[in-house]
Amino acid sequence: MDTISITIDNKNFQVEKGTTILDAAKSVGITIPTLCYMHLHDLNTTHNPAGCRICAVEVVGRKNLVPACATECLPGMEIKNQTIRVLNSRKTVLELILSDHPTDCLICAKNGDCDLQSMAQKMGIREIHYKGEQSHYIKDSSPAIKRDMDKCIGCRRCLTMCNEVQTVGALSAINRGFMSVIAPAFQMNLEDSVCTYCGQCVAVCPTAALTEVDHTSLVIRALADSTKTVIVQTAPAVRVALGEEFGLEPGTIVTGKMTAALKDMGFDYVFDTDFAADLTIMEESAELLDRLTRYINGDTTVKLPLLTSCCPAWVNFFEHQFPDMKDIPSTARSPQQMFGAIAKTYFADKLGIKRENMVVVSIMPCLAKKYECSREEFKTNGNPDVDFVLTTRELARLIKQASIDFDSLSPAEFDHPMGESSGAGVIFGTTGGVIEAAVRTAYETFTKQKLDKVDFKQLRGMDWIRESTIDFNGTPIKIGIAHGLGNARKLLQEIREGKSHYHAIEIMACPGGCIGGGGQPLHHGDTSILLARQKALYAEDKMKVIRKSHENPSIQKLYSEFLDKPLSEKSHHLLHTHYFDKSNHIEITKD
Amino acid sequence: MSNRYRKNLLVCNGNSCQQGSDSDLVAFINFKLKEYHLENEIKVVQSVCSNKCSVGPNIIVYPDDVEYSKVTKADIDDIIIEHLLNDRIVERLVFDTENGIGVAPKKQYRIALRNCGFIDPEEIKDYIEKDGYDALAKCLTEYSPDEATQEIIKSGLRGRGGGGFPTGLKWDITSKSVADQKYVVCNADEGDPGAFMDRSLLEGDPHSVLEAMAICGYCIGATKGIIYIRAEYPLAIKRLKIALGQAREYGLLGKNIFGTDFEFTIDIKYGAGAFVCGEETALIHSMEGLRGEPTLKPPFPSVSGYLKKPTNVNNVETFANIPAIINKGADWYASIGTEKSKGTKVFALAGKINNVGLIEVPMGITLREIIYDIGGGILDGKKFKAVQTGGPSGGCLTEKHLDLPLDFDSLTAAGSMMGSGGMIVMDEDDCMVSMARFYLEFIVEESCGKCAPCRIGNKRLHEMLTKLCDGNGTLEDLDLLRNLSIVVKDTSLCGLGQTSPNPILSTMTNFYDEYYAHVAEHRCPSGQCKSFMRYYISEENCIGCLVCLRKCPVGAISGEKKKLHVINQEICTKCGVCMEKCKFHAVYLN
Repeated sequence: MDTISITIDNKNFQVEKGTTILDAAKSVGITIPTLCYMHLHDLNTTHNPAGCRICAVEVVGRKNLVPACATECLPGMEIKNQTIRVLNSRKTVLELILSDHPTDCLICAKNGDCDLQSMAQKMGIREIHYKGEQSHYIKDSSPAIKRDMDKCIGCRRCLTMCNEVQTVGALSAINRGFMSVIAPAFQMNLEDSVCTYCGQCVAVCPTAALTEVDHTSLVIRALADSTKTVIVQTAPAVRVALGEEFGLEPGTIVTGKMTAALKDMGFDYVFDTDFAADLTIMEESAELLDRLTRYINGDTTVKLPLLTSCCPAWVNFFEHQFPDMKDIPSTARSPQQMFGAIAKTYFADKLGIKRENMVVVSIMPCLAKKYECSREEFKTNGNPDVDFVLTTRELARLIKQASIDFDSLSPAEFDHPMGESSGAGVIFGTTGGVIEAAVRTAYETFTKQKLDKVDFKQLRGMDWIRESTIDFNGTPIKIGIAHGLGNARKLLQEIREGKSHYHAIEIMACPGGCIGGGGQPLHHGDTSILLARQKALYAEDKMKVIRKSHENPSIQKLYSEFLDKPLSEKSHHLLHTHYFDKSNHIEITKD
Repeated sequence: MSNRYRKNLLVCNGNSCQQGSDSDLVAFINFKLKEYHLENEIKVVQSVCSNKCSVGPNIIVYPDDVEYSKVTKADIDDIIIEHLLNDRIVERLVFDTENGIGVAPKKQYRIALRNCGFIDPEEIKDYIEKDGYDALAKCLTEYSPDEATQEIIKSGLRGRGGGGFPTGLKWDITSKSVADQKYVVCNADEGDPGAFMDRSLLEGDPHSVLEAMAICGYCIGATKGIIYIRAEYPLAIKRLKIALGQAREYGLLGKNIFGTDFEFTIDIKYGAGAFVCGEETALIHSMEGLRGEPTLKPPFPSVSGYLKKPTNVNNVETFANIPAIINKGADWYASIGTEKSKGTKVFALAGKINNVGLIEVPMGITLREIIYDIGGGILDGKKFKAVQTGGPSGGCLTEKHLDLPLDFDSLTAAGSMMGSGGMIVMDEDDCMVSMARFYLEFIVEESCGKCAPCRIGNKRLHEMLTKLCDGNGTLEDLDLLRNLSIVVKDTSLCGLGQTSPNPILSTMTNFYDEYYAHVAEHRCPSGQCKSFMRYYISEENCIGCLVCLRKCPVGAISGEKKKLHVINQEICTKCGVCMEKCKFHAVYLN
């Protein structure tokens, strides 16, 4: 490591060459406050537009203050972090930002979880000296994401997520100066834009400018309605993140406490989305093998690679941006929707109730799930298979509202029959997990041999794009994995150009997969939290007696009693879907 | 001038001459020429501002060198019949150098504007006759790229867009960046209120800029040039396009220029008129099709610019100087101006001055010479108060600066800046608080909104100045105003925000008494801020004629015939109609 010598507040330090002032200061234990800056270390993403100017420091010899987040250290640089000039500037700039921000903190969705609020607290702001006009914009609500640009501080983290990481391009800065605002093109509603509802903008928004659409009150109302049987399913990634909302270490597995809390709140049946994940594997691996066999037998019309389809933001992405390839992804519905379809048929029949009297609630790490459940193709006579989706954050709020002491809860078990799952279902919550689960089942079905080693470590990790070849007893199966839609785009581009050599590709829209979903507890830039959640999922998988989806007895029973076999007519009807060309949403009329 | 025509009429196309009922003078003359069947003998050329706006529109008949002033449509028949058909000068219209308001050409020195008004900008032959493209030929055949760059370094030329960075040094840095493609960019995104130097240059002498860009391309190793020009300059764009076509046709752009293996092409890109796009990183983003917003420097464009390739960005006026420097030599150029600011500067003189318009003066000239000798002094014999240089990014200079030799460094030291060359003269009737407010209003409109201090800070500064002008300011506001000005300057991301508080800081330094009067004495010393005005009717003079009462547009005046009238201050909007209409001087201001 090449080092250079700098001084910060008259103290000498040796720091790594090529680092920014901010990183250099951090490396020697000096904190420089930041607001717009965001560094997602494990995701290899840095956002330093130098827009908020809170991290301004003095550099001797420079005329103006410089932003520490975007200024490289030079040998001999003399940096001042504590002068009156620096402190006054930071405080004045923060006051400016606050002067154009509502002060309704007490009733704000981000109360207690807001970067601006904590910065104001840290800086000891007691008065805003520069009061004046505040900017007001029309509030925009979509099925998943709410935009209240009055609360936007222009940090533009959402732009980095939407445009650079996800390459969705739904948001950009429009208008000038004081009236500049982050919005979809032509200030159209988010719903009319190319937004995929991945929620990564929400996940990094420092304030309540971008938040999830809140379904908690709807769920409370359903719980209070004695005519309704309320069923809840919990997604795999929720159980390794929920604890953070109650002060537990990231990666703490709280499956049992979560189940207990849900039961305490009055849900009639607490089930597991992992069950539906196993079901997804049954259908998706059957589809993969069907295509593979046909391909091996010389069928040139077969579409390969097969793309996974359990991520709803990813589905939105290709419907908007790659509609020419909408026949490539698996037609298998996502676990959430498979669960809803089975609950309102198979399970409702078992209970002897009408689907109208059953309310299915999902607890998801995801915002796009809120949109997914509202899709018309997932409704029967207007009644949706899944009624409401709560994010991990909303569930935490609900538990807090119910005055449940989460930490002291005794663990409870999921109910049967839709609460039983394999380890394969658990790892759906991380990048690489879906395809690993599929491989475990597909291998045994294809080779008709027992798979002893179920841990496919070569498919795991956090690299944006990963690939591996799995030997199906002499037949090499090429697997691709991408998380983050920007990386998905790269693989899709390859397919479009005919350069793709994969048989199957797993795609998850969010960085890290569902563990990094837009509905998860906020990581505030600390991506080591994602790694901890990922580790916890693999640990839970390991603890499971059953590790392969097709060995799940409840799944076997479901097929024998109800569905017959994977890809059966009933399966097609209840567990598969079709996709739409939504590209007209982004066509701009040219003169 | 084009020899195909017997005579040329150079019609002034400056800002003020284009206004009013005769704004279509050129079209009218063309129409008239057709009527007299002279359209093939006489050519009308829209010429650049000749700094005689007070007697404009002006028409020069070439080659006779007769200049007519204050020409209206009614005079055109006379000019055609008398002068063009019968060679008799129309004496009544001739510009009177003796009694005409003192234009002193000897104080001016035209380098950048050398050809403007003297050639037909739509005729490459005219430019070539004036040694056009000689400099490019000289560079390509006699100089190595480095030698040519050294010539520019030696000349001491500094960027005319506002920053004043040594041009040759910039070229040298860009030439040393290694890349498969480099770009030469001409910044023609002129945006200062009241400034039109670049427009005039491009309209009057487009080839000089093209030639200079090619020279720059040769020096830095670029084969592509781009002119970024605001779409609101249609005539400049039209002439640039004509010039580009002609240069290509003559082989002066394209491949194998002057038989060498040097290749250079130029494209035009249009800006949508955002002031911030004059900042080079914002300009580059705009050219790339992105939002015109600045990014932090470094990296400088000379290392990573357009499409992430090394890019040399110079302003129009900077380029216009280049061929002259190459032709006449660096030593000649360096002999003009002051020690650290060489050559000349084009200014757009405006405001309360007799001769407004474009001027080009050697660096080191004093403000007094500009205002009194060239500008002909203050309008209506009023007292000079201040001059704002550098537009909204600059500051004001006052009476004590009148004998200051103007150059980049002296202006900065005096709390202002050279800027791109806007120069607005103010007299005793101008309120400096209002003036600062005017510039901040402009900045609030033009801030891109990327960084917080510029986006919100300038808005607050403008609001505070409005509060002062409305008579609601307090002494504490003055402290806050100063603090916020300093912080916005200190923390903003780009040059726009880093200079936008200058009009406030410099007026607070030079005219603090005016700020103080607005808050502590509740008056506007120059009487410009309406909120402090009170109109009264004097008991002595009012005869009760009812005229003011009837004329008041808001019904603020009450009274009866032959009785004293009274103005209700609550309703009065201070329009001044009562004072104007009263024949008995009964209405007075406090």
